[in-house]
Amino acid sequence: MFVNGVLHTLEEPVSLKSFLEREGYNLTKIATEMDGQIVSKSLYENTIIYDSTQLEVVSFVGGG
Amino acid sequence: MPAEKTLESMLIARHTPAVHQKVKKGRVCIMGLGGLGSNVAIMLARTGVGFMKIIDFDIVEPSNLNRQAYSIQHLGLPKTEALKQILKEINPYIIVESIQEKVTAENALLMISGCEIVCEAFDDPTQKAMLINTILSKKPKVKIVSGSGLAGFSSANTIKTIRKFKNLYICGDMETEATSESGIMAPRVHICAGHQANMILRLLIHLETV
Repeated sequence: MFVNGVLHTLEEPVSLKSFLEREGYNLTKIATEMDGQIVSKSLYENTIIYDSTQLEVVSFVGGG
Repeated sequence: MPAEKTLESMLIARHTPAVHQKVKKGRVCIMGLGGLGSNVAIMLARTGVGFMKIIDFDIVEPSNLNRQAYSIQHLGLPKTEALKQILKEINPYIIVESIQEKVTAENALLMISGCEIVCEAFDDPTQKAMLINTILSKKPKVKIVSGSGLAGFSSANTIKTIRKFKNLYICGDMETEATSESGIMAPRVHICAGHQANMILRLLIHLETV
C-alpha cells in the first residue's frame, strides 16, 4: 500500500483508525483520502485498508 | 473619497479587464481573522474581490499586534468589526459580510454557503482538521486554501503552496508550529498569507495549479 506516495508493507487488512494510530498520527489533526475519496473521521474505525490501498494523509500544525 | 467608477477603472488598468471581471465576481469566505486571515482579507480587498464573508468569534488584543492587521485603535473591538473598518478604508465598494461566532462542525457548512472558495486561517490545528474534513466530505466542489506551518523565523524559502485532494491547497512549511520556542512572527505569517491570497486569486481566475 502507499501512504503519501511512499510504499508501506501491510501484513494483513486493518482498520484505518488502527493504522493511523500505529503510524503515530494524531487523529484530531489530520485529513485523509483513501483511493481518491475523503474519509470522514466518523468512518475511520469501520474503514478497512488493504495492501492495494492508496492513502493520502495531511497533518496540520498550529499557528495562524 | 474616490468614486466607485474611478477606483474600479484603476483596478482594471492595473489588473487587466479580464482578470478584474473574474475577481469582482469572486465570493470568498475567510475563517479566522488572525495573523493569516486579517492579512489575506486585506490583500483580497486590494485585489478587488467583490464579496467576502469574514468569520471570527474573537476580539482584538494587544498580543495580536505583532502580526495581525489591527492597530491600537481597534483594541477591544470584535475582529469582525475592526477588519470591516479596515477593509472599508481600502475599498468601500466591495461587499463584506461578517459573522462573530466560533466555527464548529455543525455550523461550518451554513457559514460558508454562497462562497466558492474558503480561506482556512485558524490557529488551532484541530479546528483546521475539523473544517477541512467537514467541507471536503460534504461540499466537495468548494475549494479550500489552508495555512499550516508558519511560525518562527527559519528560512522564508521553506514556505510553499501544495495541492492535495484536488480541492485543498495548503500554504506554509507544513511543520513549524507555534510553540514557546518558535513563536509566531510577522514576516513568515505575511509570506504564508501572501501564498494564500495568491492561490485564492489564481482560483478566482480559474487557474487551479499551484
